[in-house]
Amino acid sequence: MRGAVYVMWDRQIRQYFRKKQRLATSLMQPILFLIAFGFGMGSMFEQTGNGNYMQYLIPGIIGMTVLMSSTMNGISLIWDKQFGFLKETLVAPVSRTGLLFGRCLGGATTSTFQGIIVLVIGLFMGFHITNWAAIPLGLLVMFLIALLFNLLGTSFAAKFDDMQSFPAIMNFLVMPMFFLSGALFPAKNFPEAIRVFIEINPFTYCVDLLKYALNGASTYSPVADLGIMISLIILLGALGTYLFDRLET
Amino acid sequence: MNVIEVKDLTKRFKGFTAVDNVSFQVAEGEIFAFLGPNGAGKSTSIKMMTTILFPTSGSVKVGGFDVLTQKNEVRESIGVIFQNPTLDDDLTAYENLNYHAILYKIPKDERKKRIEELLGYVGLLGKKDEYVKSFSGGMKRRVEIARGLLHSPKILFLDEPTLGLDVQTRAFLWGHIQKINKEKGITIFFTTHNMDEAEKIATKIAIIDHGKLLMTGTSGEIKEKTKTDSLEKAFLELTGYGIREDAGDGLDRMRRFRR
Repeated sequence: MRGAVYVMWDRQIRQYFRKKQRLATSLMQPILFLIAFGFGMGSMFEQTGNGNYMQYLIPGIIGMTVLMSSTMNGISLIWDKQFGFLKETLVAPVSRTGLLFGRCLGGATTSTFQGIIVLVIGLFMGFHITNWAAIPLGLLVMFLIALLFNLLGTSFAAKFDDMQSFPAIMNFLVMPMFFLSGALFPAKNFPEAIRVFIEINPFTYCVDLLKYALNGASTYSPVADLGIMISLIILLGALGTYLFDRLET
Repeated sequence: MNVIEVKDLTKRFKGFTAVDNVSFQVAEGEIFAFLGPNGAGKSTSIKMMTTILFPTSGSVKVGGFDVLTQKNEVRESIGVIFQNPTLDDDLTAYENLNYHAILYKIPKDERKKRIEELLGYVGLLGKKDEYVKSFSGGMKRRVEIARGLLHSPKILFLDEPTLGLDVQTRAFLWGHIQKINKEKGITIFFTTHNMDEAEKIATKIAIIDHGKLLMTGTSGEIKEKTKTDSLEKAFLELTGYGIREDAGDGLDRMRRFRR
């Protein structure tokens, strides 16, 4: 178990830092969101008496960065199916749970790192850390979001062979999760019907807890947020293990 | 003693039967060749024997363990060199072997020594820190051979090991396979569609076509039973003269994306 987790974790991290171009281009989207929304919408947001928008937006954009890079990490599994490395791991005398969690913990580490970069960029764009003591909590929340959505992406990828349709399907799932979560605007501004979606959207609670950690204010109870996230991690971990145990190649 | 026992093995995919009621045994220390044309069911069989594909029915025991209920024990006793490359191109040769060593629980203080010894053996020690993606097909195969032997398996499976290799690498590979078979008593199971290889290397041959096992025996026995004077004639006699289509592999599917 330990060997499998270590190998898959270490491999994800090595590959991440070896692809520097991808690292740089993946920061493009969050920076654009910060500029377009942060500066573009900021004054409107503040005029309506909602407070400082950058302060509201940045945890949401960090959440988005972690959400998107994590689900897309699933593609590394499809890549391994196509290029054969998957066979090398499946034929080894190690637990499939170890292979799954190693992969996802590795992906979660790199996604968290990416979230930290966006946080640092945010500091330069006017984000204010109200309580430095809460930063470790913030990092932990980022890591949990990353683990949750790595498990989601990798479980999906276990059932998919097609490199082209995977990103399309993931976007179909992730885009509404991001836009309708309270990451960009408070949920209370949305009409009733959409608010129902927001409340059943798991990412809502992820962003809420991240806002609590970084801003000290949240819509829901932080304990409930954390409970929902951990339950989902356990659920997806069980689903992923089930799928990995049946993985053939 | 038999180290591989296959009984009534069948694998059905949607619409067709890839392996149809196959039974055979491989004795310890044997070099066993699975000989058949393209699409005969050789790779499908090897995948089931190495636990990465589940049989539809029938049973397979490898090293005395069942491939469905004792997967881990089977995996611990085998080494596999697949038909298509299974290295990570973005890692160095050393890293590929090091991951393998960790997965197979080789003690930390032995890893470096064994990896360097095996890379030296396949003539790639000088390139151990280069990325695999810069290697030629033959070099990659040599890395895979080194990797397959790293954990000293009891049974070594090789799926079309010489496909696309130059003469030198091929000679090296078979020389090495025969050596470890003799010196360490490792049982060898390989698939091929090359008559010469089967005849020269294997101590026993099974001819398979359309998922069915047609005949098993030494090359002498097969020639005798088919009343022919060469293995090639015996093979054509058994499998017919029609030309076969080859199924696309993962990389062929990838290439289609590149348009």
